Amino acid sequence: MSDFFYLIPLSLGLGCIGLAVFLWSLRGGQYEDLDGAAERVITDEDVPILPQRHSASRQG
Amino acid sequence: MSCCGQASLALAAAPAGAEAGPSREEILLASHRIGEGLWQTDLSVPAVHCGACMRAIESTLGRLEGVEGARVNLSTRRVSVRWREPANPCAFIPTLASIGYPAHLDDPAADERDETLARLVRALAVAGFGAMNIMLMSVAVWAGAEAGTRDLFHLISAAIALPTIGYSGRIFFSSAWNALRHRRTNMDVPISIGILIAFGMSLYDTLNSGAHAYFDAAVSLIFFLLVGRTLDHVMRERARTAVKGLARFAARGAHVVHPDGRQEYLPLAEIEPGMTLMVAAGERIPVDGEILSGRSDIDCSLVNGESLPREVGPGATVEAGTLNLTGPVTMRARAAAKDSFLAEMVRLMEAAESGRSRYRRLADRAASLYAPVVHTAAFVTFVGWMLAGGGWHESLSIAVAVLIITCPCALALAVPMVQVVAARRLFEVGIMVKDGGALERITEVDTVVFDKTGTLTLGTLVLTNGDDIPPADLAVAAGICAHSRHPHSRAIVAAAQDRVRLAPVFDEVREHPGLGLEAKLGGDVYRLGRAAWALRDAGGITGTVLSCNGRLVARFAFADRLRPGARQAVQTLKDEGLRIVLLSGDRSDEVQRLAGALGIDEYAGDLVPGDKVARLATLAAEGRKVLMVGDGLNDAPALAAAHASMAPSTAADIGRNAADFVFLREGLEAVPAVLRLSRAAHALTRQNLALALIYNAIAMPFAVLGYVTPLVAAIAMSSSSIIVVANALRLGRTEGGAREQGGLAAARLSEAHA
Repeated sequence: MSDFFYLIPLSLGLGCIGLAVFLWSLRGGQYEDLDGAAERVITDEDVPILPQRHSASRQG
Repeated sequence: MSCCGQASLALAAAPAGAEAGPSREEILLASHRIGEGLWQTDLSVPAVHCGACMRAIESTLGRLEGVEGARVNLSTRRVSVRWREPANPCAFIPTLASIGYPAHLDDPAADERDETLARLVRALAVAGFGAMNIMLMSVAVWAGAEAGTRDLFHLISAAIALPTIGYSGRIFFSSAWNALRHRRTNMDVPISIGILIAFGMSLYDTLNSGAHAYFDAAVSLIFFLLVGRTLDHVMRERARTAVKGLARFAARGAHVVHPDGRQEYLPLAEIEPGMTLMVAAGERIPVDGEILSGRSDIDCSLVNGESLPREVGPGATVEAGTLNLTGPVTMRARAAAKDSFLAEMVRLMEAAESGRSRYRRLADRAASLYAPVVHTAAFVTFVGWMLAGGGWHESLSIAVAVLIITCPCALALAVPMVQVVAARRLFEVGIMVKDGGALERITEVDTVVFDKTGTLTLGTLVLTNGDDIPPADLAVAAGICAHSRHPHSRAIVAAAQDRVRLAPVFDEVREHPGLGLEAKLGGDVYRLGRAAWALRDAGGITGTVLSCNGRLVARFAFADRLRPGARQAVQTLKDEGLRIVLLSGDRSDEVQRLAGALGIDEYAGDLVPGDKVARLATLAAEGRKVLMVGDGLNDAPALAAAHASMAPSTAADIGRNAADFVFLREGLEAVPAVLRLSRAAHALTRQNLALALIYNAIAMPFAVLGYVTPLVAAIAMSSSSIIVVANALRLGRTEGGAREQGGLAAARLSEAHA
């Protein structure tokens, strides 16, 4: 059993990363308009994040 | 400044057009610069309710010249527009109105980010993280880990629990410390003591290889309580932003004419006595003062409850907050904004509030009884086990178990959960609750005091003899009236809306403040207004008439319209055995007429604001708990003085802020609805408190006898919390009618603007 103790710091580390990401998104204002976000996910246009790759694929 | 320019005005557009948008200077004052010539203007758009609305608003505003972007916040129903110089900010509001979303300027101050919520959510996230990880460790321990592993897991739990309690527990510790410093107790005192002792004892046991540690109980307790507290805060904040988003009635500033003839728009705070101000038709009077030149009609309904506009000319005094209806005037400021009528109301309100006996929340009253019992029980357990020869370590462990198992987790959730659910249900039917205490206070009410104008009535005049007037004449009248924002004109336009297809277009329409409107069509001169002015030979005819070349065409009669549901609401309240009183600032004969129509026996008119507070004080001295329902500036002190208070969304700004409840719908059914739901909520709260107490009464003997292990404590604590929360959620179901109404009304709203 003690062979698996390395999993404890691993899981705690992952948990900490999750917590940090949540706090970061909170600070960034992603929770300011939850109702709006729920609607935007349906109505927003899909804008490619990386336009250059878009054009590259067209060339290829 | 007359509307002669636009001779043809579509009838349908008239009501919207009659409401003047804010001036460019006022918009600039309410906007903020975000660098590089870029401005941000925040507008409140109450009608936004879905994704399609958001798209429509964002794309329409985005197409305007100079607008960089518009972003809607659906939760707060606001849109912030970023624009640069060539853009015309005055176009935003009319543009939105033209696509069916009435909007108004939002206060930049209302846009502050909610720091308390952010702090609560951060604390909640940390507590959730801590509770989850410690629980995982605890499950391993409960499953029967060997001594070495157990100690290691306890140690890791302690390492997680210490920062978690330090960070997330601060909210409870600081509140408990505050209460203790003022020699009071609240719910947070037993919570804090329980958490700290449990943590200290567990830490000692961990370091000495003890078998039991309560880190999981301590941290999950914090987590559960923070969930309740965050929900409570979200609900109240939602109501508050909804109220803040309503149109503002006070002027933000005024056009000042300097002695050298220069004009400047100054914010309200910088206006000093003696300055000369220009007030256009459709604007609110910014400060108390007297008219220097110009004639107009002034609508005082929001200020003193008079339903008919007052005619003013040079030399007349005007109060801050009244609405200039018909003509532009120049006035001299007599007092600064802080000394104006409005400020006097604020002073009266503060005096009234300090006189109001401080209400103690139900949860705090329960805590003040409960905490000593729990602490005594834990102490007696400790002493008992010491005497029975248990040794101080075992005795202390069992005492801690007693503290943990009786820690008022369920008790602390019992009240806020019900109030959160109640506030949500009320929100669905368009009633905003400002704080949970109001829901408790309103259940004690035995007297309801109503204001007249704007509360029992809508404060807008309607044409009462519309059916007697031939449609052709009504069309002429409506065509003339579309050019004015006088209440009589608007009533005629509204009456004509259903019956007249096409209104004639006049060559010229001119408004004569205090007298009426004059319109020319070909060789005919139409006059609509006072009989003595409009008719060549009035001969005993009074009131408002339409004349053609001095001959009588039609007469008009107006009355203030009752708020829908007013009669039923008053009747329902009477049937419930509540005493109904009508207090008004309007003329006594008007008040008497309305009281008779509604079957209210107790009434008084011609009251100044101080009188209303005095009446409430008399009622309070008789031992009456008063619910005040009012809307005017003159009601604000009474709203603050009453045991509980309600205001319609059309109320003056300070009245809305002073009231505990604000209802957004027109109907007055809101008053009995709030009473009914608060009573149901009160019953559920008491049930919840009883459930929590029964649970404690059962669990306590086991804890005292030393049978409670951390596993039992964890299960008991969570299950009792879940029971209490589930019971609170029943509130909507027992009150099925109210919910259905909410759904219907929401459907109606969306139909209305689809």
